Amino acid sequence: MGNKRIYQLKKAMCALILLSVSALCGCGSTEKGVNGQVIVYNWGEYIDPETIRMFEEEYGIKVIYDEFETNESMYPKVESGAVAYDIACPSDYMISRMIQNGMLSELDYSKMPNVKKNIGAQYFEQSKGFDPDNKYAVPYCWGTVGILYNKTMVEEPITRWEQLWDETYADNILMQDSVRDAFMVAEKLNGNSMNTLDPEELEAAKDLLIEQKPLIQAYVVDQVRDKMIGGEAAIGVIYSGEAIYTQRENPDLVYVIPEEGTNVWIDSWVILKNAPNKENAEKFIDFMCREDIALMNFDYITYSTPNEAARELIEDEAIRNSEIAFPDLSQYDNMETYIYLGEEGDSLYNELWKEVKAY
Amino acid sequence: MKSVLKKIYIALIILFLYAPIGTLIVLSFNASKTRAKWGGFTFRWYISLFQNEEILRALFNTLAIAFLSSFAATVIGTVACIAMMAMKRRTKSILMGITNIPMLNADIVTGISLMLLYISLGIRFGIGTILLSHITFNIPYVILSVMPRVRQLNVSTYEAALDLGASHINAFFKVMFPDLLPGILSGFLMAFTMSLDDFIITHFTKGVGVDTLSTKIYTEIKKGIKPEMYALSALIFITVLTLLVLINLSPTDKNKRRSE
Repeated sequence: MGNKRIYQLKKAMCALILLSVSALCGCGSTEKGVNGQVIVYNWGEYIDPETIRMFEEEYGIKVIYDEFETNESMYPKVESGAVAYDIACPSDYMISRMIQNGMLSELDYSKMPNVKKNIGAQYFEQSKGFDPDNKYAVPYCWGTVGILYNKTMVEEPITRWEQLWDETYADNILMQDSVRDAFMVAEKLNGNSMNTLDPEELEAAKDLLIEQKPLIQAYVVDQVRDKMIGGEAAIGVIYSGEAIYTQRENPDLVYVIPEEGTNVWIDSWVILKNAPNKENAEKFIDFMCREDIALMNFDYITYSTPNEAARELIEDEAIRNSEIAFPDLSQYDNMETYIYLGEEGDSLYNELWKEVKAY
Repeated sequence: MKSVLKKIYIALIILFLYAPIGTLIVLSFNASKTRAKWGGFTFRWYISLFQNEEILRALFNTLAIAFLSSFAATVIGTVACIAMMAMKRRTKSILMGITNIPMLNADIVTGISLMLLYISLGIRFGIGTILLSHITFNIPYVILSVMPRVRQLNVSTYEAALDLGASHINAFFKVMFPDLLPGILSGFLMAFTMSLDDFIITHFTKGVGVDTLSTKIYTEIKKGIKPEMYALSALIFITVLTLLVLINLSPTDKNKRRSE
């Protein structure tokens, strides 16, 4: 009698486990809109959530929205195919890597009228660095890398990368703690390309960075923002997107694009190869390029928008005509975007960067 | 002299443990978004926290996953312990070894292997896959804390209950279960906290649009973490603190009474 009871219990438990497992797998499915869905993979905090709601209402397409934190963590997730994303928003060099590996699908601009109408031609021109025929990427946010300095802590205005090697500012300089950005500074100072793979040029850049090391207060990533606002350092290398915000918090801060030229970065929408909802993806990108939507996103993100029509709509004149947010790219001939250097190139840079850091 | 040093030592330990949390709580009342400047006292972040749907959904997901996964892991782990009790020494130690490995294993290995497993099985990524993964890595912790209790178990009492006419289920719940309860509870709590603060495994096994607090906070890195998160963390900390104080102050400690 007792044994039979236990046997029954066992059977019941097995059933229970099976049931709960299948229930679990079932709840992965998500409801769809009337016109299907679109799966978007974007940077965290990189869109006004209201625009997504508006898109869903207008088109009846359910947006499944997912976020990543670095290009490097986005890539393997897309590549693994665990989720079939439709749209992603990687940066320039990552886009060139995805193009090289055949992960993107060609865009049909005739289905996205807002793109060519509203996005400035100069941004497509700049995109040719990583997307030579403008076949894959629609610019979404962009900016420059430059110098932020505290005018009460320097003796003369900072205008050149060279001044980051000035001993008067010893222990008062913040450098970016990322391989490409750090080497970009040294390579531009030497008058070379920031995408160089020439061993001699790289060696020279490495020597420069080692020479600069004693003057550096810290290699930092996003702490530049807070440290500069708090007046903890005189000079910092920073992205232009942060410049307006930091200036608002501390009026003594000035952002400059160094004379030697610098990096222009562009985060762009791309449609992935084998996107299950390609048509909806086109609608989504087109919607994001509509001027009122682009304006909402600009207000939310505060990074420069390549959307000329949206820029016209910015009410604050100081921002609309800001040289920081919207530098005229045609004025510079020494701006470059990063491109993917291949696995060997990457490891070469990393190796040299390690030597700098360990010196 | 010696006792003064002792006190200083303790004070230092507490300072290092709690200074970061203290800073966070102070910053959650800072009207300015940057940590570098004190912009005045405000409750603004607390108010906007409760209006931010995404953060609240992430919080709900985190708590739901933590609760469900630790509950499931506790049931599975406890049953496994009782089963192991009846096994031969050799099989038992082999099994214990197998359950210990995932605990020592680096989270990233567990995370990636689970992701690959789900892909090859064709399971849809979503809240279900997070839950399955959390149950998986929680089971060893439950076994670890229930096993010692099982070893102390006196099988004769259970047999005596059967002899006196109790059914197997009755005997289990009336005799065995109360003895195991402290171990089960601590296993449950351990699993709960493990699940609550897991990031890496969740990161690899989560589906689109599903976020827990840890993955949500991590995605905010590019633009800087929002002060609402400080407010939320402060609230969580205060809640846990009050709970702990209440538990420790409660005058009727049942376990103690039983053992006396």
